[in-house]
Amino acid sequence: MTPLRHHRIAPVDGRSRPLVAILDYGIGNLHSAQKGFEHAGADARLTADLGLIRAADGVVLPGVGAFAPCMAALGRTGLDEAALQAVQSGRPFMGICVGMQVLFAGSDEAPGVSGLGVFDRIVRWIPGPVKRPQMQWNVLQRYCEHPMLDDLDDPIWAYFVHSLAPEMGDGDDVVATCDYGGPVVAAVARDNVWAAQFHPEKSSRVGLRILANFVSAANAAPAAIG
Amino acid sequence: MRVARVIPCLDVDAGRVVKGVNFVDIRDAGDPVELAARYDAEGADELVFLDITASSDRRDTTVAMARAVADEVFIPFTIGGGIRTLDDARLLLRAGADKVSVNTAAVRRPELVSEISREFGAQCCVVAIDARSSWETPSGYEVFTHGGRTRTGIDCLEWVAEAERLGAGEILLTSMDRDGTREGFELNLTSMVAAAVGIPVIASGGVGSLDHLVDGVIEGKADAVLAASIFHYGEHTIAEAKTRMAAAGIPVRPA
Repeated sequence: MTPLRHHRIAPVDGRSRPLVAILDYGIGNLHSAQKGFEHAGADARLTADLGLIRAADGVVLPGVGAFAPCMAALGRTGLDEAALQAVQSGRPFMGICVGMQVLFAGSDEAPGVSGLGVFDRIVRWIPGPVKRPQMQWNVLQRYCEHPMLDDLDDPIWAYFVHSLAPEMGDGDDVVATCDYGGPVVAAVARDNVWAAQFHPEKSSRVGLRILANFVSAANAAPAAIG
Repeated sequence: MRVARVIPCLDVDAGRVVKGVNFVDIRDAGDPVELAARYDAEGADELVFLDITASSDRRDTTVAMARAVADEVFIPFTIGGGIRTLDDARLLLRAGADKVSVNTAAVRRPELVSEISREFGAQCCVVAIDARSSWETPSGYEVFTHGGRTRTGIDCLEWVAEAERLGAGEILLTSMDRDGTREGFELNLTSMVAAAVGIPVIASGGVGSLDHLVDGVIEGKADAVLAASIFHYGEHTIAEAKTRMAAAGIPVRPA
């Protein structure tokens, strides 16, 4: 018997693998993200090519490290505009970790640095007497029904590495929270935009299912927007 | 909720896992991808690969290993051992390692910690510390380098505080007194370090039973527990470890 490996998840309804563009703006290791989306059924490309990004069925904004260097690198490469265009196009879009945080208006970590402003709240230091970063697996508490968490049984364990998280706001766009010295926003979504504070590409089978859910949305998207 | 992590540690030489791992149903006990996938399937929270490759000219095999593991295994993994420069770290992180751990080179040139942290973020910069009890330093524990062979005269508590200040995201703390003894973690050392820093601490060195893992978290206040032989030689599974920890009231991600 060979050891268990993650099964590749076949694209839905037999269509070709949807093109998922992972924005490569020189921040962090994107290798795992690319491989994760491939395992989840996508033709995943690391790219800064504006034509390819426009042609993609889904667009992913990754990010690690700190808010300000990520925003600076996005600005330098022009991928900030590309990301916003992708958001506005209605195609499935996913921010991961700091790639989620930069979708917000700003961050406690970098006062005076504007985020992309897709969500109008601020990213705050995780409060309380807890260790920062939160560097551990934690349970996603569903806050609303969303396709991001389809086909997952509770408790849903995901891997987090972060010191800040978006404000709750009125909770309208919150998909999931986790408990870390109190509720911490773990995932948000609005219309075509999904965002995860945790790392789906590092969350084993659970994470690959979340990526596959996004790939399914990307597969369905062209028909949906004509 | 603070959730303790269970981390198997694998020794790697020239891109192959050495000191064999006894999973009954694997084809190649030296294949890091196969072993990593197996530990992932068993519920390991992270993996640490300790590169014992003596010469840096074989470093490319370790980079290739990182890439191969990252292609197939979707849990976080750290590579440590022999990382001397920012370029060494960059190669491994670009290849797909989530974190690198630095030890001797960081003691020799502490700026290495801030360089890695600044370029790639604190989350991927682990400072590994080999400590041994000593009358010579105020805390009673002295930092050793070169795999525990060289004493530095540096106080362990001073070095962990410095490492955190320099931008370390995590401390991998090994007790040289306990390493290989199977007598359990050095809990006094572990709890002292855990209390001294605001970043996570991984306890290492001395695990011989599942209760030692429990002790490391409850008494040692460690955020994660690392072990090698109890998992590799089939004495215990990750699931058994987590069941025991959960029974002791420690939140863990079930295997």
